[in-house]
Amino acid sequence: MAISKRVVLHFPRHLVGQTITYRLVKDFDLEFNILKASVTPKEEGLLVLELSGEQEDYEKGVRYLAEVGVRVQPLSQNVIRDEVRCTHCGACITICPTGAFEVEPSTRWVNFLHAKCIACGLCIKACPPRAMEVRF
Amino acid sequence: MPKTIAEINERIRKGQAVVVTAEEVIDIAEKEGVEKAAQEIDVVTTGTFGPMCSSGAFLNLGHSKPRIKLGGGSVYLNDVPVYTGFAAADICIGATALPNNDPRNRIYPGEFNYGGGHVIEELVAGKDIRLIATAYGTDCYPRKKIETLINLKDINEAVLFNPRNAYQNYNVAANLSDRPIYTYMGVLKPNLGSANYCSAGQLSPLLNDPYYKTIGIGTRIFLGGGVGYVAWQGTQHNPGVLRGDNEVPRRPAGTLAVIGDLKQMKLEWLRGMSFLGYGCTIAVGIGVPIPILSEEILAYCSVRDADIFAPVVDYSEAYPQREPDILGEVSYAELKIGRIMVRGREVPTASLSSYPKAVEIAKTLKEWIKRGDFLLTEPVAPLPGAESGVTFKSLEERLI
Ligand code: SF4
Ligand code: SF4
Repeated sequence: MAISKRVVLHFPRHLVGQTITYRLVKDFDLEFNILKASVTPKEEGLLVLELSGEQEDYEKGVRYLAEVGVRVQPLSQNVIRDEVRCTHCGACITICPTGAFEVEPSTRWVNFLHAKCIACGLCIKACPPRAMEVRF
Repeated sequence: MPKTIAEINERIRKGQAVVVTAEEVIDIAEKEGVEKAAQEIDVVTTGTFGPMCSSGAFLNLGHSKPRIKLGGGSVYLNDVPVYTGFAAADICIGATALPNNDPRNRIYPGEFNYGGGHVIEELVAGKDIRLIATAYGTDCYPRKKIETLINLKDINEAVLFNPRNAYQNYNVAANLSDRPIYTYMGVLKPNLGSANYCSAGQLSPLLNDPYYKTIGIGTRIFLGGGVGYVAWQGTQHNPGVLRGDNEVPRRPAGTLAVIGDLKQMKLEWLRGMSFLGYGCTIAVGIGVPIPILSEEILAYCSVRDADIFAPVVDYSEAYPQREPDILGEVSYAELKIGRIMVRGREVPTASLSSYPKAVEIAKTLKEWIKRGDFLLTEPVAPLPGAESGVTFKSLEERLI
Protein backbone atom coordinates (compact mmCIF):
# COMPACT_ATOMS: atom_id res chain seq x y z
CA MET A 1 0.00 0.00 0.00
CA ALA A 2 1.36 3.41 -0.94
CA ILE A 3 1.54 5.93 1.87
CA SER A 4 2.67 9.49 2.39
CA LYS A 5 3.83 10.78 5.75
CA ARG A 6 5.37 13.95 7.02
CA VAL A 7 8.29 13.48 9.34
CA VAL A 8 10.88 15.56 11.12
CA LEU A 9 14.44 14.23 10.95
CA HIS A 10 16.96 15.31 13.54
CA PHE A 11 20.54 14.73 12.41
CA PRO A 12 23.18 14.58 15.12
CA ARG A 13 26.24 16.69 14.37
CA HIS A 14 28.42 13.83 13.06
CA LEU A 15 25.84 12.84 10.43
CA VAL A 16 25.20 16.27 8.96
CA GLY A 17 27.75 15.79 6.18
CA GLN A 18 26.49 12.39 5.01
CA THR A 19 24.19 11.55 2.12
CA ILE A 20 21.43 9.96 4.12
CA THR A 21 18.32 11.32 2.46
CA TYR A 22 19.64 10.24 -0.92
CA ARG A 23 19.74 6.64 0.26
CA LEU A 24 16.06 6.82 1.08
CA VAL A 25 15.47 7.22 -2.64
CA LYS A 26 18.13 4.87 -3.90
CA ASP A 27 17.80 1.96 -1.46
CA PHE A 28 14.21 2.21 -0.33
CA ASP A 29 12.49 3.68 -3.36
CA LEU A 30 10.93 6.51 -1.36
CA GLU A 31 10.04 9.89 -2.79
CA PHE A 32 10.64 12.93 -0.67
CA ASN A 33 9.56 16.50 -0.69
CA ILE A 34 11.49 18.89 1.54
CA LEU A 35 9.17 21.13 3.53
CA LYS A 36 11.78 22.73 5.74
CA ALA A 37 15.50 22.36 6.23
CA SER A 38 17.93 23.93 8.60
CA VAL A 39 21.36 22.38 8.62
CA THR A 40 24.21 24.29 10.16
CA PRO A 41 27.65 22.64 9.97
CA LYS A 42 28.43 22.71 13.67
CA GLU A 43 24.99 21.95 15.02
CA GLU A 44 22.24 19.41 14.74
CA GLY A 45 20.54 19.35 11.35
CA LEU A 46 16.82 19.38 10.92
CA LEU A 47 14.79 18.31 7.95
CA VAL A 48 11.04 18.25 7.53
CA LEU A 49 10.12 15.81 4.78
CA GLU A 50 7.07 14.44 3.16
CA LEU A 51 7.98 10.80 2.48
CA SER A 52 5.94 8.78 0.00
CA GLY A 53 6.24 5.20 -1.09
CA GLU A 54 5.11 1.66 -0.29
CA GLN A 55 4.34 1.09 3.39
CA GLU A 56 6.95 -1.66 3.58
CA ASP A 57 9.65 0.53 2.03
CA TYR A 58 8.70 3.39 4.29
CA GLU A 59 9.13 1.25 7.36
CA LYS A 60 12.49 -0.06 6.14
CA GLY A 61 13.62 3.47 5.37
CA VAL A 62 12.65 4.74 8.80
CA ARG A 63 14.39 1.77 10.41
CA TYR A 64 17.52 2.58 8.43
CA LEU A 65 17.38 6.20 9.61
CA ALA A 66 17.12 5.10 13.23
CA GLU A 67 20.03 2.68 12.80
CA VAL A 68 22.37 5.35 11.51
CA GLY A 69 21.36 7.62 14.38
CA VAL A 70 18.78 9.98 12.89
CA ARG A 71 15.91 10.72 15.25
CA VAL A 72 12.59 10.51 13.42
CA GLN A 73 9.45 12.23 14.68
CA PRO A 74 6.04 12.46 13.06
CA LEU A 75 5.45 16.06 12.06
CA SER A 76 2.03 16.62 13.54
CA GLN A 77 3.44 16.71 17.06
CA ASN A 78 5.53 19.71 16.31
CA VAL A 79 3.22 22.57 15.50
CA ILE A 80 0.99 23.06 18.46
CA ARG A 81 -1.52 25.61 19.59
CA ASP A 82 -1.56 26.90 23.14
CA GLU A 83 -5.28 26.64 23.71
CA VAL A 84 -5.17 29.07 26.62
CA ARG A 85 -3.44 31.82 24.63
CA CYS A 86 -5.52 31.40 21.47
CA THR A 87 -8.27 34.02 21.42
CA HIS A 88 -9.99 32.53 18.36
CA CYS A 89 -9.56 35.80 16.53
CA GLY A 90 -8.86 34.25 13.16
CA ALA A 91 -5.83 36.29 12.12
CA CYS A 92 -4.10 33.03 11.13
CA ILE A 93 -6.73 31.97 8.62
CA THR A 94 -5.51 33.88 5.58
CA ILE A 95 -1.86 33.35 6.56
CA CYS A 96 -1.80 29.54 6.48
CA PRO A 97 -0.97 28.27 2.99
CA THR A 98 -2.63 24.89 3.52
CA GLY A 99 -5.89 25.96 5.14
CA ALA A 100 -5.05 24.38 8.48
CA PHE A 101 -7.30 26.84 10.31
CA GLU A 102 -11.05 26.78 9.89
CA VAL A 103 -13.81 28.83 11.45
CA GLU A 104 -16.76 26.97 12.83
CA PRO A 105 -19.62 29.00 11.37
CA SER A 106 -22.01 28.83 14.33
CA THR A 107 -19.62 29.53 17.21
CA ARG A 108 -16.85 31.26 15.22
CA TRP A 109 -14.28 29.17 17.06
CA VAL A 110 -11.13 28.74 15.02
CA ASN A 111 -10.21 25.07 14.72
CA PHE A 112 -6.60 24.04 14.11
CA LEU A 113 -6.47 21.03 11.80
CA HIS A 114 -3.18 19.34 12.63
CA ALA A 115 -3.31 17.01 9.68
CA LYS A 116 -3.19 19.87 7.19
CA CYS A 117 -0.18 21.58 8.76
CA ILE A 118 3.13 21.41 6.89
CA ALA A 119 5.05 23.25 9.61
CA CYS A 120 5.91 26.17 7.36
CA GLY A 121 5.96 28.36 10.45
CA LEU A 122 4.12 31.32 8.88
CA CYS A 123 1.40 31.41 11.51
CA ILE A 124 3.86 31.49 14.40
CA LYS A 125 4.79 35.14 14.12
CA ALA A 126 1.53 36.25 12.55
CA CYS A 127 -0.57 35.11 15.53
CA PRO A 128 -0.92 38.23 17.71
CA PRO A 129 -1.03 36.49 21.10
CA ARG A 130 1.67 34.04 19.94
CA ALA A 131 -0.50 31.02 20.54
CA MET A 132 1.15 28.93 17.82
CA GLU A 133 4.45 27.22 18.59
CA VAL A 134 6.79 24.95 16.70
CA ARG A 135 8.59 22.43 18.81
CA PHE A 136 11.37 20.54 17.11
CA MET B 1 -42.97 51.48 27.90
CA PRO B 2 -40.99 53.73 28.08
CA LYS B 3 -38.99 52.41 31.05
CA THR B 4 -36.45 54.16 33.25
CA ILE B 5 -33.08 52.93 34.43
CA ALA B 6 -34.33 53.11 38.03
CA GLU B 7 -37.21 50.76 37.15
CA ILE B 8 -34.85 48.35 35.41
CA ASN B 9 -32.50 48.39 38.41
CA GLU B 10 -35.44 47.59 40.67
CA ARG B 11 -36.16 44.53 38.53
CA ILE B 12 -32.47 43.55 38.60
CA ARG B 13 -32.45 43.78 42.39
CA LYS B 14 -35.49 41.52 42.60
CA GLY B 15 -33.92 39.07 40.18
CA GLN B 16 -36.72 39.69 37.67
CA ALA B 17 -34.87 41.51 34.92
CA VAL B 18 -34.99 40.03 31.42
CA VAL B 19 -31.49 40.23 30.02
CA VAL B 20 -30.39 39.00 26.59
CA THR B 21 -27.22 39.44 24.55
CA ALA B 22 -27.02 41.61 21.44
CA GLU B 23 -26.85 38.37 19.44
CA GLU B 24 -29.92 36.81 21.07
CA VAL B 25 -32.03 39.96 20.70
CA ILE B 26 -31.85 39.76 16.91
CA ASP B 27 -33.99 36.62 16.69
CA ILE B 28 -36.33 37.74 19.45
CA ALA B 29 -37.04 41.03 17.70
CA GLU B 30 -37.58 39.21 14.43
CA LYS B 31 -39.97 36.65 15.91
CA GLU B 32 -41.94 38.84 18.27
CA GLY B 33 -41.61 42.25 16.69
CA VAL B 34 -39.86 45.28 18.10
CA GLU B 35 -42.81 46.49 20.15
CA LYS B 36 -43.33 43.28 22.09
CA ALA B 37 -39.61 42.60 22.47
CA ALA B 38 -39.07 46.10 23.88
CA GLN B 39 -41.74 45.47 26.49
CA GLU B 40 -40.29 42.14 27.54
CA ILE B 41 -36.58 42.86 27.52
CA ASP B 42 -34.94 45.09 30.12
CA VAL B 43 -31.27 44.94 29.16
CA VAL B 44 -29.24 43.93 26.11
CA THR B 45 -25.57 43.12 26.73
CA THR B 46 -22.85 43.78 24.17
CA GLY B 47 -19.20 42.77 24.02
CA THR B 48 -15.97 43.16 22.13
CA PHE B 49 -12.44 41.80 22.49
CA GLY B 50 -9.74 43.21 20.27
CA PRO B 51 -6.32 44.83 20.26
CA MET B 52 -6.35 48.47 21.39
CA CYS B 53 -3.01 50.24 21.43
CA SER B 54 -4.46 53.21 23.28
CA SER B 55 -4.25 51.42 26.62
CA GLY B 56 -2.14 51.82 29.69
CA ALA B 57 -2.02 51.18 33.41
CA PHE B 58 -1.41 53.71 36.14
CA LEU B 59 0.36 52.20 39.13
CA ASN B 60 1.08 53.59 42.57
CA LEU B 61 3.97 51.53 43.86
CA GLY B 62 4.13 52.77 47.44
CA HIS B 63 7.24 54.27 49.01
CA SER B 64 10.54 52.48 49.46
CA LYS B 65 12.82 52.93 52.49
CA PRO B 66 14.64 55.26 52.08
CA ARG B 67 12.24 57.01 49.71
CA ILE B 68 12.92 57.52 46.02
CA LYS B 69 11.34 60.11 43.72
CA LEU B 70 10.36 58.12 40.63
CA GLY B 71 8.69 61.23 39.14
CA GLY B 72 11.20 62.70 36.73
CA GLY B 73 13.47 59.69 37.06
CA SER B 74 13.57 56.64 34.85
CA VAL B 75 11.80 53.40 35.54
CA TYR B 76 11.73 50.03 33.81
CA LEU B 77 9.34 47.16 34.41
CA ASN B 78 10.83 43.92 33.04
CA ASP B 79 13.07 46.20 30.94
CA VAL B 80 10.10 48.03 29.43
CA PRO B 81 10.38 51.80 30.00
CA VAL B 82 7.42 53.38 31.76
CA TYR B 83 6.29 57.00 31.98
CA THR B 84 7.41 58.81 35.13
CA GLY B 85 6.16 62.36 34.71
CA PHE B 86 3.97 62.17 37.82
CA ALA B 87 4.36 62.19 41.60
CA ALA B 88 7.08 60.25 43.41
CA ALA B 89 5.42 56.84 43.49
CA ASP B 90 3.09 56.98 40.45
CA ILE B 91 4.02 55.55 37.08
CA CYS B 92 2.17 54.72 33.87
CA ILE B 93 2.94 51.85 31.57
CA GLY B 94 1.70 52.05 28.00
CA ALA B 95 0.68 48.99 26.00
CA THR B 96 3.00 49.72 23.07
CA ALA B 97 6.18 50.53 25.06
CA LEU B 98 9.20 48.42 24.05
CA PRO B 99 12.44 47.54 25.84
CA ASN B 100 15.27 49.82 24.68
CA ASN B 101 17.16 46.85 23.29
CA ASP B 102 14.29 45.57 21.15
CA PRO B 103 15.57 45.59 17.55
CA ARG B 104 12.25 47.12 16.48
CA ASN B 105 11.97 47.11 12.68
CA ARG B 106 15.73 47.20 12.11
CA ILE B 107 15.32 43.48 11.59
CA TYR B 108 12.35 43.71 9.29
CA PRO B 109 9.65 42.65 9.94
CA GLY B 110 10.28 43.00 13.68
CA GLU B 111 8.73 40.45 16.02
CA PHE B 112 7.91 42.67 19.03
CA ASN B 113 7.58 39.69 21.33
CA TYR B 114 7.48 41.65 24.58
CA GLY B 115 6.32 45.11 25.55
CA GLY B 116 4.04 47.12 27.80
CA GLY B 117 0.95 45.06 26.96
CA HIS B 118 2.78 41.92 28.03
CA VAL B 119 3.88 43.53 31.31
CA ILE B 120 0.24 44.44 32.06
CA GLU B 121 -0.80 40.87 31.22
CA GLU B 122 1.84 39.45 33.58
CA LEU B 123 0.83 41.84 36.35
CA VAL B 124 -2.75 40.60 36.03
CA ALA B 125 -1.47 37.01 36.01
CA GLY B 126 -0.02 37.70 39.46
CA LYS B 127 3.59 37.32 38.35
CA ASP B 128 6.44 39.25 39.98
CA ILE B 129 7.71 42.08 37.79
CA ARG B 130 11.28 43.42 37.91
CA LEU B 131 11.43 47.13 38.74
CA ILE B 132 14.64 49.01 38.04
CA ALA B 133 14.62 52.74 38.68
CA THR B 134 17.02 55.62 38.92
CA ALA B 135 16.31 59.11 40.24
CA TYR B 136 18.18 62.32 40.94
CA GLY B 137 17.77 62.39 44.72
CA THR B 138 16.24 65.17 46.83
CA ASP B 139 16.26 66.09 50.52
CA CYS B 140 12.92 64.34 51.00
CA TYR B 141 13.58 61.50 48.53
CA PRO B 142 17.29 60.80 48.93
CA ARG B 143 17.55 57.44 47.18
CA LYS B 144 18.98 57.33 43.67
CA LYS B 145 18.55 53.73 42.61
CA ILE B 146 16.31 50.79 43.35
CA GLU B 147 16.04 47.27 41.97
CA THR B 148 13.25 45.11 43.30
CA LEU B 149 10.35 42.87 42.42
CA ILE B 150 6.80 44.20 42.48
CA ASN B 151 3.54 42.31 42.46
CA LEU B 152 0.04 43.53 41.68
CA LYS B 153 -1.27 42.41 45.07
CA ASP B 154 1.31 44.49 46.96
CA ILE B 155 1.10 47.83 45.17
CA ASN B 156 -1.45 50.46 46.15
CA GLU B 157 -3.53 51.30 43.10
CA ALA B 158 -3.44 49.75 39.66
CA VAL B 159 -5.84 51.29 37.20
CA LEU B 160 -6.32 50.34 33.57
CA PHE B 161 -7.10 53.38 31.47
CA ASN B 162 -7.88 53.27 27.77
CA PRO B 163 -8.09 56.75 26.30
CA ARG B 164 -9.64 55.04 23.27
CA ASN B 165 -11.44 51.75 23.00
CA ALA B 166 -14.57 50.05 21.60
CA TYR B 167 -14.30 51.73 18.19
CA GLN B 168 -17.71 52.14 16.58
CA ASN B 169 -16.96 50.34 13.32
CA TYR B 170 -13.54 50.23 11.67
CA ASN B 171 -11.69 49.88 8.38
CA VAL B 172 -11.23 46.59 6.59
CA ALA B 173 -7.55 46.55 5.64
CA ALA B 174 -6.32 45.26 2.27
CA ASN B 175 -3.07 45.49 0.34
CA LEU B 176 -2.91 46.57 -3.30
CA SER B 177 0.88 46.44 -3.50
CA ASP B 178 2.92 43.51 -4.74
CA ARG B 179 4.64 42.68 -1.44
CA PRO B 180 3.30 41.53 1.94
CA ILE B 181 2.79 44.42 4.33
CA TYR B 182 2.90 44.36 8.11
CA THR B 183 0.39 46.65 9.77
CA TYR B 184 -1.57 47.20 12.95
CA MET B 185 -4.29 45.37 11.06
CA GLY B 186 -2.06 42.29 10.83
CA VAL B 187 -0.11 40.79 7.95
CA LEU B 188 -1.74 41.60 4.62
CA LYS B 189 -0.96 39.50 1.58
CA PRO B 190 0.01 41.28 -1.66
CA ASN B 191 -2.25 41.94 -4.63
CA LEU B 192 -5.46 41.91 -2.60
CA GLY B 193 -4.50 38.50 -1.25
CA SER B 194 -6.25 39.05 2.08
CA ALA B 195 -8.34 41.53 4.04
CA ASN B 196 -8.45 41.94 7.81
CA TYR B 197 -11.21 43.46 9.90
CA CYS B 198 -11.51 44.23 13.58
CA SER B 199 -14.97 44.57 15.10
CA ALA B 200 -17.45 42.27 16.76
CA GLY B 201 -20.08 43.73 14.40
CA GLN B 202 -23.57 43.00 15.71
CA LEU B 203 -22.22 42.43 19.24
CA SER B 204 -20.08 45.55 19.43
CA PRO B 205 -21.23 48.12 22.04
CA LEU B 206 -21.44 51.31 19.99
CA LEU B 207 -22.92 49.58 16.94
CA ASN B 208 -25.90 48.73 19.15
CA ASP B 209 -26.30 52.29 20.40
CA PRO B 210 -25.40 54.21 17.27
CA TYR B 211 -26.43 57.66 18.58
CA TYR B 212 -25.10 57.16 22.14
CA LYS B 213 -28.60 57.37 23.60
CA THR B 214 -27.81 55.12 26.57
CA ILE B 215 -24.01 54.89 26.75
CA GLY B 216 -22.51 58.03 28.25
CA ILE B 217 -19.99 59.32 30.74
CA GLY B 218 -20.29 57.29 33.92
CA THR B 219 -21.80 54.18 32.31
CA ARG B 220 -20.78 51.12 34.31
CA ILE B 221 -19.27 48.42 32.10
CA PHE B 222 -17.43 45.08 32.02
CA LEU B 223 -13.74 45.90 31.60
CA GLY B 224 -11.08 43.22 31.38
CA GLY B 225 -13.12 40.85 33.53
CA GLY B 226 -13.79 43.42 36.25
CA VAL B 227 -16.10 46.38 36.63
CA GLY B 228 -15.13 49.60 34.90
CA TYR B 229 -16.66 52.85 33.75
CA VAL B 230 -16.91 55.01 30.66
CA ALA B 231 -14.77 57.99 31.60
CA TRP B 232 -15.24 60.23 28.58
CA GLN B 233 -15.65 60.01 24.84
CA GLY B 234 -12.60 58.22 23.52
CA THR B 235 -9.89 59.99 21.55
CA GLN B 236 -10.60 60.35 17.82
CA HIS B 237 -14.35 60.26 18.62
CA ASN B 238 -15.90 61.13 15.29
CA PRO B 239 -19.69 60.96 15.51
CA GLY B 240 -20.51 62.93 12.36
CA VAL B 241 -19.51 60.29 9.78
CA LEU B 242 -21.61 58.79 7.01
CA ARG B 243 -24.37 56.58 8.41
CA GLY B 244 -26.76 54.04 6.92
CA ASP B 245 -30.57 54.17 6.99
CA ASN B 246 -30.35 52.28 10.28
CA GLU B 247 -28.21 55.17 11.70
CA VAL B 248 -25.23 52.84 12.02
CA PRO B 249 -21.93 54.51 11.03
CA ARG B 250 -20.38 53.21 7.81
CA ARG B 251 -16.95 54.55 8.80
CA PRO B 252 -14.86 54.50 11.99
CA ALA B 253 -16.90 56.79 14.29
CA GLY B 254 -17.42 57.02 18.05
CA THR B 255 -15.00 55.70 20.65
CA LEU B 256 -15.00 55.29 24.44
CA ALA B 257 -12.42 56.21 27.05
CA VAL B 258 -12.73 53.59 29.78
CA ILE B 259 -11.24 53.09 33.22
CA GLY B 260 -11.24 50.27 35.75
CA ASP B 261 -9.42 48.55 38.60
CA LEU B 262 -6.66 46.33 37.19
CA LYS B 263 -6.68 44.27 40.38
CA GLN B 264 -10.17 42.96 39.51
CA MET B 265 -9.22 42.01 35.98
CA LYS B 266 -8.58 38.54 34.62
CA LEU B 267 -6.10 37.03 32.24
CA GLU B 268 -8.77 35.84 29.82
CA TRP B 269 -9.76 39.41 29.10
CA LEU B 270 -6.39 41.16 28.87
CA ARG B 271 -3.84 39.71 26.54
CA GLY B 272 -0.47 41.08 25.41
CA MET B 273 -0.26 41.01 21.62
CA SER B 274 2.55 41.18 19.07
CA PHE B 275 1.98 42.50 15.58
CA LEU B 276 4.67 41.36 13.19
CA GLY B 277 6.48 44.34 11.69
CA TYR B 278 4.31 46.79 13.60
CA GLY B 279 4.70 46.60 17.37
CA CYS B 280 3.17 45.22 20.48
CA THR B 281 -0.11 46.06 22.14
CA ILE B 282 -2.83 44.60 24.32
CA ALA B 283 -6.26 43.16 23.62
CA VAL B 284 -8.91 44.25 26.09
CA GLY B 285 -12.37 42.83 26.65
CA ILE B 286 -15.21 45.31 27.06
CA GLY B 287 -18.89 44.71 27.62
CA VAL B 288 -21.53 47.41 27.83
CA PRO B 289 -25.13 46.93 28.98
CA ILE B 290 -27.83 48.75 27.07
CA PRO B 291 -31.02 49.48 29.03
CA ILE B 292 -34.07 49.03 26.84
CA LEU B 293 -35.77 52.32 27.59
CA SER B 294 -37.83 52.48 24.41
CA GLU B 295 -38.74 50.64 21.22
CA GLU B 296 -36.26 52.77 19.34
CA ILE B 297 -33.40 51.55 21.55
CA LEU B 298 -34.45 47.94 21.11
CA ALA B 299 -34.58 48.44 17.34
CA TYR B 300 -30.99 49.72 17.42
CA CYS B 301 -29.92 46.68 19.47
CA SER B 302 -31.42 44.25 17.00
CA VAL B 303 -29.04 45.36 14.25
CA ARG B 304 -27.42 42.39 12.49
CA ASP B 305 -24.12 41.85 10.69
CA ALA B 306 -25.80 42.01 7.28
CA ASP B 307 -26.86 45.61 7.99
CA ILE B 308 -23.51 46.93 9.23
CA PHE B 309 -21.10 48.12 6.53
CA ALA B 310 -17.41 48.88 6.75
CA PRO B 311 -15.06 50.56 4.26
CA VAL B 312 -12.26 48.56 2.61
CA VAL B 313 -9.05 50.59 2.70
CA ASP B 314 -5.72 49.99 0.96
CA TYR B 315 -3.01 49.95 3.62
CA SER B 316 -0.13 49.93 1.15
CA GLU B 317 -0.75 53.43 -0.20
CA ALA B 318 -4.06 55.16 0.63
CA TYR B 319 -3.85 54.68 4.41
CA PRO B 320 -0.19 55.60 4.96
CA GLN B 321 -0.50 58.59 2.62
CA ARG B 322 -3.74 59.65 4.33
CA GLU B 323 -5.72 59.54 1.11
CA PRO B 324 -9.46 59.34 1.73
CA ASP B 325 -10.20 56.78 -1.02
CA ILE B 326 -11.85 53.53 -0.18
CA LEU B 327 -11.96 50.39 -2.31
CA GLY B 328 -15.59 49.71 -1.52
CA GLU B 329 -17.92 48.78 1.30
CA VAL B 330 -18.71 45.35 2.66
CA SER B 331 -21.03 44.04 5.34
CA TYR B 332 -19.92 42.18 8.44
CA ALA B 333 -22.02 39.23 7.26
CA GLU B 334 -19.79 39.00 4.17
CA LEU B 335 -16.64 39.52 6.23
CA LYS B 336 -17.63 36.70 8.54
CA ILE B 337 -18.34 34.27 5.72
CA GLY B 338 -14.65 34.65 4.95
CA ARG B 339 -14.66 36.18 1.47
CA ILE B 340 -15.45 39.66 0.19
CA MET B 341 -15.53 41.06 -3.32
CA VAL B 342 -13.09 43.91 -3.90
CA ARG B 343 -12.55 45.33 -7.37
CA GLY B 344 -14.19 42.26 -8.86
CA ARG B 345 -11.89 39.91 -7.00
CA GLU B 346 -12.71 37.47 -4.26
CA VAL B 347 -10.57 38.31 -1.23
CA PRO B 348 -10.28 35.99 1.82
CA THR B 349 -10.90 37.73 5.14
CA ALA B 350 -9.56 37.29 8.65
CA SER B 351 -10.49 38.93 11.91
CA LEU B 352 -8.31 40.50 14.58
CA SER B 353 -11.01 40.89 17.17
CA SER B 354 -12.34 37.68 18.68
CA TYR B 355 -16.02 37.04 18.16
CA PRO B 356 -16.13 34.01 20.53
CA LYS B 357 -14.62 36.18 23.27
CA ALA B 358 -17.13 38.97 22.53
CA VAL B 359 -19.94 36.40 22.91
CA GLU B 360 -18.49 35.22 26.21
CA ILE B 361 -18.24 38.81 27.50
CA ALA B 362 -21.85 39.60 26.58
CA LYS B 363 -22.94 36.36 28.28
CA THR B 364 -20.87 37.04 31.40
CA LEU B 365 -22.30 40.54 31.74
CA LYS B 366 -25.77 39.08 31.26
CA GLU B 367 -25.12 36.63 34.11
CA TRP B 368 -23.83 39.39 36.39
CA ILE B 369 -26.97 41.43 35.80
CA LYS B 370 -29.33 38.47 36.17
CA ARG B 371 -27.67 37.53 39.46
CA GLY B 372 -28.18 41.08 40.71
CA ASP B 373 -24.44 41.74 40.97
CA PHE B 374 -24.33 44.51 38.42
CA LEU B 375 -26.70 47.47 38.40
CA LEU B 376 -27.05 49.90 35.52
CA THR B 377 -26.03 53.53 35.79
CA GLU B 378 -27.59 56.69 34.46
CA PRO B 379 -24.98 58.54 32.38
CA VAL B 380 -23.67 61.64 34.13
CA ALA B 381 -23.35 63.41 30.79
CA PRO B 382 -23.89 62.27 27.20
CA LEU B 383 -21.14 61.55 24.70
CA PRO B 384 -20.92 64.15 21.94
CA GLY B 385 -23.40 63.12 19.26
CA ALA B 386 -23.58 63.65 15.53
CA GLU B 387 -24.86 67.19 16.03
CA SER B 388 -22.03 68.21 18.39
CA GLY B 389 -19.61 69.30 15.72
CA VAL B 390 -16.91 67.12 17.33
CA THR B 391 -14.82 65.66 14.51
CA PHE B 392 -11.63 63.78 13.95
CA LYS B 393 -8.91 66.21 12.88
CA SER B 394 -5.63 65.43 11.14
CA LEU B 395 -2.27 66.89 12.01
CA GLU B 396 -1.52 69.63 9.51
CA GLU B 397 2.12 70.64 9.46
CA ARG B 398 3.05 74.27 9.95
CA LEU B 399 6.38 76.02 9.58
CA ILE B 400 8.18 76.52 12.88
S1 SF4 C 1 -4.21 33.97 15.10
FE1 SF4 C 1 -3.55 32.90 16.95
S2 SF4 C 1 -5.04 33.54 18.49
FE2 SF4 C 1 -5.93 34.05 16.54
S3 SF4 C 1 -7.17 32.22 16.05
FE3 SF4 C 1 -5.19 31.94 15.09
S4 SF4 C 1 -4.03 30.75 16.57
FE4 SF4 C 1 -5.77 31.61 17.68
S1 SF4 D 1 2.85 26.15 10.42
FE1 SF4 D 1 2.24 26.79 8.34
S2 SF4 D 1 0.99 25.09 7.61
FE2 SF4 D 1 1.14 24.82 9.83
S3 SF4 D 1 -0.67 25.86 10.61
FE3 SF4 D 1 1.00 27.35 10.64
S4 SF4 D 1 0.79 28.44 8.70
FE4 SF4 D 1 -0.41 26.56 8.50
